[in-house]
Amino acid sequence: MIAAFRIPGAGRLKQAETARFSFDGQSYSGVEGDTLASALLANGVHLVGRSFKYHRPRGFLSAGAEEPNALVEIKRDAARKTPNVRATVQELYDGLTAQSQNRWPSLSFDVGAVNDIASPLFSAGFYYKTFMWPKAAWKNFYEPKIRAAAGLGVAPDQPDPDHYSARFAHCDVLVLGGGAAGIAAALAAAETGVRVILADEQADFGGSLRFESGAQIEGQDGFAWAQAAVAKLRDMDNVRVLSRTTAFGYYAQNFVGLVERVSDHLRNPGGELPRERLWQVRAKRVVLATGAIERHMVFADNDRPGIMLASAARTYLNHYGVAVGRNVGVYTANDSAYAAAIDLKKAGVDVAAIIDLRDNPTGPVIDEARALGIEVNFGRAAIRAGGKLRVSSMTVQPKNGGGERTIPVDAILMSAGWTPSVHLFSQSRGKVAFNDETKRFVPGTYAQDCVSVGACNGTDGLSATIDEAYAAGAKAAKDAGASVVKGTKPKVDASESWSRGMLGAAPGAGPDTTVKAFVDFQNDVTAKDIRQAVHEGMHSIEHVKRFTTNGMATDQGKTSNMHGLAIAAETLGKPIPQVGLTTFRAPYTPVTFGSIIGHARGPLFDPTRKTAIHPWAEAQGAVFEDVGQWKRAWYFPKAGEDMHAAVDRECVTVRKTAGLFDASTLGKIEVVGPDAAKFMELLYTNPWEKLEPGRCRYGIMLREDGFIYDDGVVGRLAPDRFHVTTTTGGAPRVMNHMEDYLQTEFPHLNVWLTSITEQWAVIAVQGPKSRDIIAPLVEGIDMSDEALPHMSVREGRICGVPTRLFRMSFTGERGFEVNVPADYGQAVWEALWAEGQKHGACAYGTETMHVLRAEKGYIIVGQDTDGTVTPNDAGLDWAVGKKKTDFVGIRGMARPDLVAKGRKQLVGLKTKDPKVVLEEGAQIVEDPKQAIPMKMIGHVTSSYWSENCGRSIALALVAGGRDRMGETLYVPMPDGTIEVEVTGMVFFDEKGERLNG
Amino acid sequence: MLLIRCPYCEEERPELEFRNAGEAHIARSANMAGETDDDFEKFFFIRSNPKGIIYERWRHMHGCARFFNAVRDTVSDKFLMTYKAGEPKPAKLPGAAK
Amino acid sequence: MAKAIKIAAPAPAERRAALAGQELSAAGVTLAVLPPAERISLRAPDASIAALSKALGVTLPRKPKTSASRAGRTALWLGPDEWLVIDEAEKDPLADCAKVTVLHSAVGISHRNVAISVTGPAAATTINSGCPQDLSLGAFPVGAASRTILGKVEIVLLRTAADTFRVECWRSFSDYVFTFLSEAAGDAAA
Repeated sequence: MIAAFRIPGAGRLKQAETARFSFDGQSYSGVEGDTLASALLANGVHLVGRSFKYHRPRGFLSAGAEEPNALVEIKRDAARKTPNVRATVQELYDGLTAQSQNRWPSLSFDVGAVNDIASPLFSAGFYYKTFMWPKAAWKNFYEPKIRAAAGLGVAPDQPDPDHYSARFAHCDVLVLGGGAAGIAAALAAAETGVRVILADEQADFGGSLRFESGAQIEGQDGFAWAQAAVAKLRDMDNVRVLSRTTAFGYYAQNFVGLVERVSDHLRNPGGELPRERLWQVRAKRVVLATGAIERHMVFADNDRPGIMLASAARTYLNHYGVAVGRNVGVYTANDSAYAAAIDLKKAGVDVAAIIDLRDNPTGPVIDEARALGIEVNFGRAAIRAGGKLRVSSMTVQPKNGGGERTIPVDAILMSAGWTPSVHLFSQSRGKVAFNDETKRFVPGTYAQDCVSVGACNGTDGLSATIDEAYAAGAKAAKDAGASVVKGTKPKVDASESWSRGMLGAAPGAGPDTTVKAFVDFQNDVTAKDIRQAVHEGMHSIEHVKRFTTNGMATDQGKTSNMHGLAIAAETLGKPIPQVGLTTFRAPYTPVTFGSIIGHARGPLFDPTRKTAIHPWAEAQGAVFEDVGQWKRAWYFPKAGEDMHAAVDRECVTVRKTAGLFDASTLGKIEVVGPDAAKFMELLYTNPWEKLEPGRCRYGIMLREDGFIYDDGVVGRLAPDRFHVTTTTGGAPRVMNHMEDYLQTEFPHLNVWLTSITEQWAVIAVQGPKSRDIIAPLVEGIDMSDEALPHMSVREGRICGVPTRLFRMSFTGERGFEVNVPADYGQAVWEALWAEGQKHGACAYGTETMHVLRAEKGYIIVGQDTDGTVTPNDAGLDWAVGKKKTDFVGIRGMARPDLVAKGRKQLVGLKTKDPKVVLEEGAQIVEDPKQAIPMKMIGHVTSSYWSENCGRSIALALVAGGRDRMGETLYVPMPDGTIEVEVTGMVFFDEKGERLNG
Repeated sequence: MLLIRCPYCEEERPELEFRNAGEAHIARSANMAGETDDDFEKFFFIRSNPKGIIYERWRHMHGCARFFNAVRDTVSDKFLMTYKAGEPKPAKLPGAAK
Repeated sequence: MAKAIKIAAPAPAERRAALAGQELSAAGVTLAVLPPAERISLRAPDASIAALSKALGVTLPRKPKTSASRAGRTALWLGPDEWLVIDEAEKDPLADCAKVTVLHSAVGISHRNVAISVTGPAAATTINSGCPQDLSLGAFPVGAASRTILGKVEIVLLRTAADTFRVECWRSFSDYVFTFLSEAAGDAAA
């Protein structure tokens, strides 16, 4: 069945398949190729939404991306609900389900419309003024209420099930806009052989050729020519043609962001297809062919459903074969609306009258309208529209006043003229210039390697447009490096042309009125609001914009900005260029979060780094914790164990027999070269020149300010080769820090740095039985205490593969760290595990590692230090080479504040009640009875239950801490104050005998 | 995303490969330990924050990994030129602001 | 107490390379994790290049973004004094450099890196999903090599044929890189 307003024989969708859809629960039928807007109009539906502030009924203003009113929610399933979709760009597919927004309980009866009646309360600046007092009420009352009532659409409440993709692309010539101008420019550039990308936001190329029935190019209808030309471009290897692709942002150095809507128009999206694809294109030259947007007339109740842009009505007719009414009125200040009236009349639609604000315009379209018997009235204004849910009449009056006449209509087509789309040009930081004659802003001064052509450049007429665009396309290609220019310019046989028009409010909505003559439909801004803003002191257009919110809705004022500016200028009594245009900002049309995020979600949100031994730990049921991007085994619970039980068992087992720990994530840097020791002397506080090859040293790295930056054990493998370890989290920045000094401060040193973090898997074997576990697997290394004392390193083999075997301890027990090439990590671990089982060893995780090192008072940089701790503060003065004359941080460390008395120093804390475990980060005071705010003298940095000590232990930074040994301090907590005693930092094996035990 | 010319790679490369590394041409004293408090303050803490031309250090972190120097206009966010680490401040700037 | 040097002779530890053998085929592009190779990070001043080239049997390239290849051994220019040397002929470049006395630093990184080949007409498009460089044959010809970015990680990219790239990344990032390329391959094919 053909829908009521589909005109047989009209439009280009005559052969299209039927597509069923629903809107607000009602089923309708459209055809493939329709937009949701054209399909609804074909069914006579104009009322599709309620406005933002006044909840006024709204219909379709446009047939394109500039649409401010017809925003709907498209629902595919529970998770796929997209709010604020412009019905004028949503392509119809069979089964599409759409809902109106911003109304309750229904679209035709909306309680919120009371705002319309109460609108004197809601004039410009209403929010700023009304909710200022009392101050506290804003947060607790006004804001939540306003937020609940305001807003456009409802955000989906489930994770987005679609996926999005992204691509970087490079080209010589990027053409933005696929109307006649863009196609001509792309043809010219493509024929030279350079790389061309042509993008247009619509499904079909052609731009205004979709509705310009009078255009003839190369002997055929303009739209048909466009399709043929684009087909030719698609066949060229050097051209990429992107439809449904919006250039939303123009950034520095010809970097343009585009979103391609890949599957929103498909009945069954999904599978491999992303929903959207982000293109980040770097172009040598950009051709802007973004066209122009028709403006509406500003008069009372110009927002009633059925009132739309003349070009929109023409598009619905000439492209979709849909009449927007049966008896239409026309209100214009421009010739282009005549063309719409003529096309509709010829299609059998009654045209009640053309009301032309101009006094005595002449031209062929006017003659043709008259010849078709259409009533044409000059010098008259439509001062008011009748009807509520649908326009029912227009009331007309001579523009200088006089008798009113009401004409019954079911649609009004309006045109105040055309605004060049300079959005992308302006985003490129180009400066627009005002043409006083044509009353429009056009590209003035360029800031980047781009050129505007056609309507966006203020060029009128198809012939002139194609001449300009073709020449610009060829020049862009040449500038981008093309040597051959061939091909022929498309020949224009017939065209339409119009310029001029009016800006601002028409008579009837003039300065003395209080009517609702809308300037910005989406934000409900009227001509009166803009005048009021000026009267209240907003003299800059940027202030007017923010006070009234004109142009600040999701449509970014595509239809409203020029009217708003003109009204402000008139009220200010200044010429338009002096008032100035607000800045155009990205995005041109709304962009989904999904397209910006692209691939970066789920496993690709952030890399998850796993060690070579990870699969083993996973199979053992380890619980993992995130350390930066790394997954580290946190603890290894046995059946029935909670974390505390597992950690207690691991801690005891390591000290009793032994434990295996995956330390692979430690940063590792190989420092190689004849000046390696000199470099180490400069980057670490410690002395290195005299460290024997085969021996290790605990090193501290400072920043130039004298604060601890990183630490780690360093082994000297050879006179010219050090194996440096860093903290897990510090690895990348330490490498950067070392490279920085090497390249820029000490470039004379012959030494190089290589990250070997991932070359070596590291298995720490710690505990009294550690040597017994390792020794049977090792070849070529004497494991005796004499040959391999604490803090030494040997190269040899283990399990038949190369190893760098460190004898070192982060537990205070006899310990080793077995480095093996990463791919052997798991197999060597398994061999060590098998040996360990013979001795009752356990696997332990990072939690046990933390507890064991705290029992020994070994610090963790980043936990016990926070970037304001000096070696002295941390009790590490012994690691600073006293005879050294230079190292990074030597001067910073000597600053007056860093050597002053009373600095916070790292100490141990024992709670008076040994069962109480302090909270890390808890603050410490001297006198718990003092008034709040209390004077805090330090804080807890590390705190654990130590099963080995049978009590809780803690480390803390306390002012003058080392002079407070034995003192009682207090940790006030919400549920009571905890008494603590200041102690040394070593809680277990104070003499360190177990290192050789 | 800017394009930055790496003086070692001898071509413009995408900004994603680079990291800013603070102001350039702040020399570390050869006699660091002997610096006065005032000199150390100037060296470590004080940075210029000009509206206009700034000399910066950048690192082609995810490229050749070299540190180099750049002259950038903080108003236009344009790089006027880049040059290798250790080279002196350029006497003349191409296309410098008036 | 185990004092004596034990000469045990157990079966050598099994090598378990990350993502060993993983492959993915999409229309227009195939991904494959390449077998382990010998690799060194080689650093040297200009004066040492000739001697090192001789020892390695491949001329170390001096031009940015290039590589040189000979007898299964490829040297990639990564920086003005930095090369990644990849040996796929089971020879040891570290041992070759050990014989050279001129100033240099050679560090073994065979296990640090994982290589993934990306091949097919959609290979460049696949990589461009996350790599911001111009990968057209004009800008990145066969033999071109560069350290760069893929999504959120660093990679080394080498074009081995018009439609084939070798992507090298660190071991723990290989899962991310393979997953990224797999997703991108599906899109590039679409």
